[in-house]
Amino acid sequence: MARTAEHALVGSDRDALGRALRQWLPDAAVLDQIEQLRPYECDGLSAYRRLPLVVVLPDTVEQVQAVMRYCASQRIPVVARGAGTGLSGGALPLENGVLLSLAKFNRILDVDLLNRTARVQPGVRNLAISEAVSAPGLYYAPDPSSQIACSIGGNVAENAGGLHCLKYGLTVHNILKLEVVTVEGDLVTIGADSLDAPGYDLLALMTGSEGMLGIIVEITVRLLPKPASAKLMMASFDDVEKAGNAVGNIIATGIIPGGLEMMDNLATRATEDFVHAGYDIDAAAILFCELDGTPEEVSDDIERVKNVLEQSGCTDMRIAKDEAERQLFWSGRKAAFPAAGRLSPDYYCIDGTIPRKQIGYVLTRIAEMGQEYGLRIANVFHAGDGNLHPLILYDGNQPGELERTEELGGKILELSVEVGGTITGEHGVGVEKINQMCVQFDKSELSQFHALKAAFDPNNLLNPGKAVPTLSRCAEFGAMHVHKGELKFPDLERF
Amino acid sequence: MQPALNPDNNIDKQISLAVKQAAVERIPLRLRGGDTKAFYGRASEGQPLDLRGHNGVVSYEPLELVVTARAGTLLVDLESDLAEQGQMLGFEPPHFGDGATLGGAIACGFSGPRRPYAGSARDFVLGARIINGHGELLRFGGQVMKNVAGYDISRLTVGAMGTLGVIVEVSMKVLPVPAREATVRFSMPAAQAIGQMNEWAGQPIPISGTCYHDGTLHVRVSGSAKGVDAAIIKLGGELIDEGAAFWHGVKEQRHSFFADNQAQWRISVPQAAPPLPIEGEWLIEWGGGQRWLKTDAPTDVIRKQVEAAGGHATLFRGGDRSEEVFHPLTPGLSNLHRNLKNAFDPQRIFNPGRLYRDL
Ligand SMILES: Cc1cc2nc3c(=O)[nH]c(=O)nc-3n(C[C@H](O)[C@H](O)[C@H](O)COP(=O)(O)OP(=O)(O)OC[C@H]3O[C@@H](n4cnc5c(N)ncnc54)[C@H](O)[C@@H]3O)c2cc1C
Repeated sequence: MARTAEHALVGSDRDALGRALRQWLPDAAVLDQIEQLRPYECDGLSAYRRLPLVVVLPDTVEQVQAVMRYCASQRIPVVARGAGTGLSGGALPLENGVLLSLAKFNRILDVDLLNRTARVQPGVRNLAISEAVSAPGLYYAPDPSSQIACSIGGNVAENAGGLHCLKYGLTVHNILKLEVVTVEGDLVTIGADSLDAPGYDLLALMTGSEGMLGIIVEITVRLLPKPASAKLMMASFDDVEKAGNAVGNIIATGIIPGGLEMMDNLATRATEDFVHAGYDIDAAAILFCELDGTPEEVSDDIERVKNVLEQSGCTDMRIAKDEAERQLFWSGRKAAFPAAGRLSPDYYCIDGTIPRKQIGYVLTRIAEMGQEYGLRIANVFHAGDGNLHPLILYDGNQPGELERTEELGGKILELSVEVGGTITGEHGVGVEKINQMCVQFDKSELSQFHALKAAFDPNNLLNPGKAVPTLSRCAEFGAMHVHKGELKFPDLERF
Repeated sequence: MQPALNPDNNIDKQISLAVKQAAVERIPLRLRGGDTKAFYGRASEGQPLDLRGHNGVVSYEPLELVVTARAGTLLVDLESDLAEQGQMLGFEPPHFGDGATLGGAIACGFSGPRRPYAGSARDFVLGARIINGHGELLRFGGQVMKNVAGYDISRLTVGAMGTLGVIVEVSMKVLPVPAREATVRFSMPAAQAIGQMNEWAGQPIPISGTCYHDGTLHVRVSGSAKGVDAAIIKLGGELIDEGAAFWHGVKEQRHSFFADNQAQWRISVPQAAPPLPIEGEWLIEWGGGQRWLKTDAPTDVIRKQVEAAGGHATLFRGGDRSEEVFHPLTPGLSNLHRNLKNAFDPQRIFNPGRLYRDL
């Protein structure tokens, strides 16, 4: 990723920049020795690595403002980092930039039980919020599988989803207010403690903006009452397509399950080895369906879903007999990524989202493509909202395998767009899917994104080079990819 | 179900041409659907751009829980298509007249009684096609539940009062119609009602609407038959028969509170905020989050009190509409708003001044 010409190279001297930043920060909060920088060279997408010029670890909002003011005045780019669990390279540092870690912002500032809100700092771990409000019967709904590690600030920046998003929404549906430090170092409040705020919906805009529009330094989240009852059903299918169709059949009953997830055979075997949950390792696919609500409602719904699953041709069905077994059944699904990691030295997670009715077709195509490329693919995904997570298993030490994997991943994303879906449901574009943005959006749409970015960050200093490709990059990529027979950027120069 | 596609009702090319021409000649446009919400926002002059000709459901897949319709589609038509499949718009948009269009509902960002329990208009938007100030037809978001590719411009247009672009098509998540709904009624003072609504909201009770006026609290519950029965027992109160009509009246502002022509404020505060010390008549909805006020108090007093409670005040109907009707923004936010307006509509042709004077 080339550094863009407009970034002056004043900051290219690591020691000088470190010294300058120590004017505003305690010594220990500025890391400028190579060995100190190593832990920050990548996020969860470890195929991409790069050392930043300097890492800063501020612990007050004023310090963040001072860093931003200084960097803006010197035209030094800044990349924010939460817990670094992102899977698209969003927190990948820039070699001529500052990496701003929010790890020290790890306090829950206030819980308002009657209003059911919590005011938290961005470095607080997702799960820590639910834990803190569990005793009074509340929780924070979006629960990414990475919830023990990922930060709420990173969740907002990626609009993270989880196992219960079909019913309870994504991050964007569960936050009320942000405190944001702008690129110039000003502090603005976006959203409100009330259910809406005057003016444009900047809260929605900030959510999922991948650190491109501002640094989030405080978040007010909404809390929900824990469901009175939750029951988890697990159904086996001898055919992936049948399992896919069962998803639509459940929705057709008018029930919105609390969770609706699927794993294919390879993923099931891998997780069973890992957690010993008693999964049916002979099934082509297993479908998890969680029903929650009042006990009366849940017992009604279970009967109806049972019928639907039987009519959809399931070969076996189990209902978790108690809370411990429910957690056990879920544990495998939540550990699917690390489990896949045991099948192969490396894996690459794809995040395309498609209309549910295409699940069967797309999974079949993915398997065919895997064979063409000679790579194994495990599928574990959010079936209820059509968010696929094919895990391509590869070995980074074999020359060319990563490149083949990335090419296959790109093909899968393009297939997702072709069937009416999107290249990313929850992991973000980052550096990883930047080329596929050229497939999903045309020139005027990308130009609109750039204009919007400039409204917040006119000198392109916040996480530059991520999330939205330049038009010339798309022209370059477009020379190789012709979408549905039409060139997307016909009037741009080719390289 | 196959989409009832009528290509004759697709006039996006004409709209785009009209916008391009207006941009070149710098002619301000007044975007209009059914004009049922013309009362809302600041007074704004412009050559009318009628969007009603761009209508029809483009695709509707009940099993996907997604509908896509053109902006000029009448809300009544859209809602009846959904009802045929046992589904609905979860944010219960108020119509305020038979001619209400989808585009108008989204541009105003109005939501009905279900809002605090199911979500707002913007929560249900999945994608949109818009025409920006250059006359370019752009597509953002999509027709799937989750999509984080690019900035969330579709949700940004919700409530923007048409000032960022012409909304030409919207994709939304829809919800199943609950198997059963019931309404119970209680007598109590306002402060107690606010506390009670919020205590209930912290428990797993399937509440889907709350309204307090003149000593009476109405609570609606929705869900499966057994779930609703259990909730009624838990809540107590007096079960009423005419629940559906009551909530329709609240949503469409046909409730007696809205009957006179007095200027009407919409107060948005944290749900559990105690009653505000402003003299006047109040109607409280959304578990306390949305409060309607008829008062003689001066604007600055209202804004100050509401701000102190952590909220914002909108002059919803009537009053002086040449002044700001939406709550003034902080300088930092105001700056971002101007920059955004400039990024979408540099010639300021769309509904100039309808949201804020300088947008
Ligand atoms: C095993 C595993 C499972 C996962 N499962 C899920 C899942 O189920 N659902 C899901 O959605 N994701 C999942 N993820 C992805 C990842 O956990 C999420 O994207 C998460 O939201 C990232 O949070 P983070 O704190 O690690 O952010 P980081 O990786 O540190 O940063 C992510 C992006 O946010 C920006 N950013 C971070 N903090 C701020 C801030 N305060 N202000 C402005 N910008 C900021 C960064 O610049 C970067 O662009 C998974 C990841 C792993 C490794």
